[in-house]
Formats: sequence, C-alpha cells, structure tokens
Amino acid sequence: MLGILRQKVGAGSSSAMILGQRICPAASGLRGFASSAKEMTVRDALNSALDEEMSADPKVFLMGEEVGEYQGAYKITKGLLDKYGPDRVLDTPITEAGFTGIGVGAAYYGLRPVIEFMTFNFSMQAIDHIINSAAKSNYMSAGQINVPIVFRGPNGAAAGVGAQHSQCYAAWYAACPGLKVLTPYSSEDARGLLKAAIRDPDPVVFLENELLYGESFPVSAEVLDSSFCLPIGKAKIEREGKDVTITAFSKMVGYSLQAAEILAKEGISAEVINLRSIRPLDRKTINDSVRKTNRLVTVEEGFPQHGVGAEICASVVEDSFGYLDAPVERISGADVPMPYAANLERLAVPQVEDIVRAAKRACYKSSSLAASA
Amino acid sequence: MALSRLASSSGSSLLRPLTSALFLTPSLRRPISSAADDSTTLTIETSIPFTSHNCEPPSRTLETTPKELMTFFRDMALMRRMEIAADSLYKAKLIRGFCHLYDGQEAVAIGMEAAITKKDCIITAYRDHCTFLGRGGTLLQVFAELMGRQAGCSKGKGGSMHFYKKDAGFYGGHGIVGAQIPLGCGLAFGQKYSKDETVTFALYGDGAANQGQLFEALNISALWDLPAILVCENNHYGMGTAEWRAAKSPAYYKRGDYVPGLKVDGMDVFAVKQACKFAKEHALKNGPIILEMDTYRYHGHSMSDPGSTYRTRDEISGVRQERDPIDRIRKLIFAHDLATEKELKDIEKEVRKEVDEAIAQAKESPMLEPSELFTNIYVKGYGTESFGADRKEVRTVLP
Repeated sequence: MLGILRQKVGAGSSSAMILGQRICPAASGLRGFASSAKEMTVRDALNSALDEEMSADPKVFLMGEEVGEYQGAYKITKGLLDKYGPDRVLDTPITEAGFTGIGVGAAYYGLRPVIEFMTFNFSMQAIDHIINSAAKSNYMSAGQINVPIVFRGPNGAAAGVGAQHSQCYAAWYAACPGLKVLTPYSSEDARGLLKAAIRDPDPVVFLENELLYGESFPVSAEVLDSSFCLPIGKAKIEREGKDVTITAFSKMVGYSLQAAEILAKEGISAEVINLRSIRPLDRKTINDSVRKTNRLVTVEEGFPQHGVGAEICASVVEDSFGYLDAPVERISGADVPMPYAANLERLAVPQVEDIVRAAKRACYKSSSLAASA
Repeated sequence: MALSRLASSSGSSLLRPLTSALFLTPSLRRPISSAADDSTTLTIETSIPFTSHNCEPPSRTLETTPKELMTFFRDMALMRRMEIAADSLYKAKLIRGFCHLYDGQEAVAIGMEAAITKKDCIITAYRDHCTFLGRGGTLLQVFAELMGRQAGCSKGKGGSMHFYKKDAGFYGGHGIVGAQIPLGCGLAFGQKYSKDETVTFALYGDGAANQGQLFEALNISALWDLPAILVCENNHYGMGTAEWRAAKSPAYYKRGDYVPGLKVDGMDVFAVKQACKFAKEHALKNGPIILEMDTYRYHGHSMSDPGSTYRTRDEISGVRQERDPIDRIRKLIFAHDLATEKELKDIEKEVRKEVDEAIAQAKESPMLEPSELFTNIYVKGYGTESFGADRKEVRTVLP
C-alpha cells in the first residue's frame, strides 16, 4: 500500500521525471503513513544483496565502469570496494567488449562474476559475449562449460536521456535460449532476484531501472534475512482482481498498480501480475489469471514489435484461447527512437491513462478509440 | 608386434594419452647408436633466433631427449593424419558444416603442450581439432564429434568449432573471430584470482589480430597483470585475405605496444616449446606477453575453400618442402641416429591405423536421441518449458 502511494507522487508526474531527479523518499512527504514495516530503497536492496552474496561466496566479484572508487555510477555498489578490496571490486576501462569477455572467461574458469553495464544500452557493445560466449556455452559443450555470470545494470527509459540511452532490452535478451532474464520491481524483488541470480549456475541478465533506484518499498524481516531468495521463473500477483489481467514488469508494475486503483473506482477489478522473470516466463501464472479474468492487457516500456507483450499474447492465444472474451491489448513504448523533448518523451512511454484505457477496451467499456497521433 | 598390441587393447589405447603409446612399441626404442634412455640429452638449436619486442629473447639453444624427439614425431604425425582423414570424411559428407583443418600448424600445438601442464589453460578459435588432441582429447572424441555422434567430446552438439576439455584446461573451440581473446584473458583473471600460479594461452590468427576486443582485453590484462599469453598463429591468411591486405602493421608480436612480444618460427616445434616456456615464466611474473608463431596451413581456410585462389600452389608446396614441421623432426631424428627411415614409416603406418580404427569406432557411435535437443540449455531449468518447431507437437520441461 505504502509503495503504491509513493509511486503516485514520485513517478506519476512527468515534470518530476523531466528534471531527472533521483526520486528521494523524503520528497513524497508520506512519512505520516509509516507503519511498523521496515522500508528499503531499491538501491539499498541491490547493494545489500551484492554485499551479502560477496560475503557468502569468495568467488563472487564485481566488475564494471565506476563500480569501485566512484562507488557506482548510480551508487548501487557503494561501500563494496572498501569492504572487499580492489581484487574483488574492479573498475574497468570503458571497453565493454573487452571486460565482458574477460568476465565470461572468468566464469568459464569457475568464478562468479557480476558485470555491471552502466546502462544496458552499452551492453550492445558486448552482446556477442553475452549471447555467443555465455548463453550458448553450456549447450555447445554438452554441459562441460557452464557460465555462472550475472550481467546487471539499468535498462529502459530514464528521464530526458535521449534515443541512445533509453532502450529496453528485455525482449532481445529474453529471446535467447541459455539466458535467464530478470526484471525486479520492488525492493523485495531486487534483493530476492539478485541473490537468486548470483547463486544461479547459468548466465543471468538482470534488468534494473534507474528511476526505481530511489523508490522505497516495505520489506519484511524475511526479505531482510541474508538467506532470502526469490524463485526464478515465478511471477507475483501484486494485486488480485477478477475482471482483467494486467501483466507488467519493472517500472510499469507501479504504473499498472496505479491504473488498477483508477479502474477499481470505475468498477473494474484488475489483477496486476509483476512478471519478475521474462525468461523463463511464468506462462502458468499468466494463463491461470487469464482463465479467471478472461481479458488481458500487457504492459511494457520497450518497443512494441516483437516485444514481451507479443510473446505473452501468443502464449495466451495458444494455451487459453477459449477463455478470452476480448482481444489481447498491448501497451508499450512508442514505435520510435526516444525523443528528447519533454512532451514527445511523454508520448513515447506508456502512461497510467494508457493502461486504464486499454483495460477498459478489453472490458468493452470505453466509449471512444484513442486518437491517432 | 606393435600393431597387434594396439589392436588388442583397442578401446583403452585410444583413451591413453598419445605419448604413452610409444611405450607399447619397443621396436622403436632400438635406435641405431644413441642410448634409448631418457637421461640422454641432445643439444639443438632452433631454426632461427627469436626476434623480440620490449624483452630479452630466450636462447635459441636448448636441450631435448631422444624420447621427446620421437614423441614429437609421432604426435605430429598423428595430428597430420587426423586432419587428412577429416578432409576425406568431409568430402564423403560424413562431416557437415564447417571444418577448419590445422595440418601444417602441428608444431604450435605440440610445442606448446611440451612447455606447459594441464593446469595451464588453452583457448583457441575454430581451428581446434589438434589443440584438443594435444590437451588429451582422443581421436574417437574428435571424429565422433565431427560426425555428430554421442561419443563426441560435446556429444555431437557442438561440432567442429566447439571442442572442449575443461578437465585438461581446454576451453574451446570458438566460432566468433577474436572473441576467444578476452575469454582467455578472463581465464587468466580466474587463475590469478584463485592464486593458481598457472597461465592461459589465448590463440588467435592473423585475421583476428586486428580485432578491437584484442586490444581492449590486452589493455586490461596489462593493467591488472594477468598471466595471459596471447599467441598469434600467423599463417599469413585470414580466410582469403593475405596479411598485407588486412594489417597495416603485420608485425603482430609488436602490436601490443607496451606489452612485450616474441616472434617465433611456428614450424619448429622446439622454437615453439622454448617460446612457450619463456612466456609462461614471463607471464607469471610480469603479466601479458604476445607470441607470434610464424606458421602455415596447407589446407584452405575451411573445407569450402580450395586455398589456391589467393595463394599459389608453388607457395604451398614450397613451404611443405622447406619448412614442414614433421620433416624437420624427421631430419633431426636421422641426424642423431635415433631411428631408421623404415622405423619412422612404421610409426606413420601405425598412426594411420589408429586413426582408421577411431573413425570406424566413431561411425559405430549412435546419433543423439531427439530428447537431447533440449538438454544442457541450462544447468538449472526450474521446470520451465521449452518448445520444438511446432510447439503444440513438441514441448518439454527443462529440469
């Protein structure tokens, strides 16, 4: 509950985004709602997960640009250089192909690297190593060479950073057999999924979101425990509902929850699924939900063509066609490179009202179709 | 005699390391004049002195033993024969897709093995059959893999370009030109991180020598003092492009700039051995070093390349006559009276038989079960589903 309300103030308004501010919890002014539950930012969740896994296994090490002395470009690795030393927290030159290949080679040897991409846009410089050197090795070697590596970093749109720094890579990486692709939303997700990723014996692409780093979420004692881990390949039903299923991942989970609130006031009960894992995709949870609600809206930030929503739609049509009472709706980023101008940027990413509109359409309750641009 | 003994111990002799096969052939251990024991040392010189960049080159004089010479001969003859047999199998369409043959370059694989241990790592690109054999792989594993059978080193799922032998420090077998270099530096990182006091040899060709990722990885290796040895197997042609058309500076051993380098006659197995020994000592103390092996491939780039459109047949036969690595050892053996011509011919016949038997055995190895399509995608599949071409027909749960 608390998390949702913070979302509304922090991420909902575009003006806050355009200023490119890190959304700090203090700005939300919702201290009055504090309950006895502890709160943690996504940033701290990631930092504590890295810390605990490095402490538990000496083979885990970090590598990336500015992860050490700069304390992390987004401060995710803050304090880790001091704690673990330069042998385990390594600052690299700006050479993604080189250091990613070195990381994969270290994983071949048996170490457990966590490679940071300052943003996943830069992972394209190293994508051959992620796909051909990491993802496919276990298969090509018939199990001799496994690659226990994690590639992590911010993914998708930030605020005002333009076309080359805003792409979402979930669909591309999730297409590849041999990779696992995780997309945390809350602090619980961040902790549990990162720990699971580091412990996993296969290559994991861990897609964070810059605008979520400063968001606070309640965390239970169980989540704070150092053995806490979330299962890979299992989605979470963030909000139960019975009229329409909304699937989302990363920042769009927050938007979908806001949309669900609005829809509830109009008598539509939306079930919001936080995918958590794009590959493996939790088809069972999605299909079970659609079989209950009979309607589906997929939400993602990335480009629409061949996106995550396309896969979910196909999966539901294949497995639960008879249960669908309406065509599947897709909400995604616009089919354009990300523009810089604030008003155009707002049009290029999904907004809460887009999700609401699509859900209503799926429920045959909208009165007009969206005007074309 | 030797042949019958090999035949009787059929399966097991193929699995035994190459060198021990020599112990089954006492007939070869009766050289004409020199003593047959290992304690005899012979002092020889490499074909040419080493040329160095930013370091003192090692001496071109070194010691060897009759046993080592004979082992080198047999091992290289085995590799040569294996590659020629692969050529025939490819033409008979028993090997499909890519097949990049190493004949002519055997001295690099053999010389390197002689200087290092199985705890040191080797990683190379797709011309990997002989490198795999040198690391202790068997002929059966090679031929079965090439023919896509279960007994293959990657169970038939990798193919010619994807041989691996992790327990002997061989990390493949890579199809993307140049990718193996940062991977090799990563292996070296792992060795240093684990304080193993071992080194990694990352092999690449003159074609890959221009790759940006090489310089990225070399920069990091030099910064972090990684025990990485970059070995350029310069056979002078990157597929159909001669080195002078691809590289502004073909002095590959100098391209490391601040990283020292050594130019080595790659057709001289002793030069290779000496250089690798030197490089290992250097890398453990001072970080990365580049070795450029001046070598030559008799075949084209792959089986789809005749290899004669971009170079003359005279050039190829010229190298075969003047610089063939096996002939060099043959001459040394004769020079030191270690065996007769007949004895060497007998070894070659034996080797040929060994290869033929391995091929026969590989042909007997079954193809993979269809269910193997879905194995080894992940180590842990978490019960997720995977699909065949028609997902309503073929779907499975990954363990």
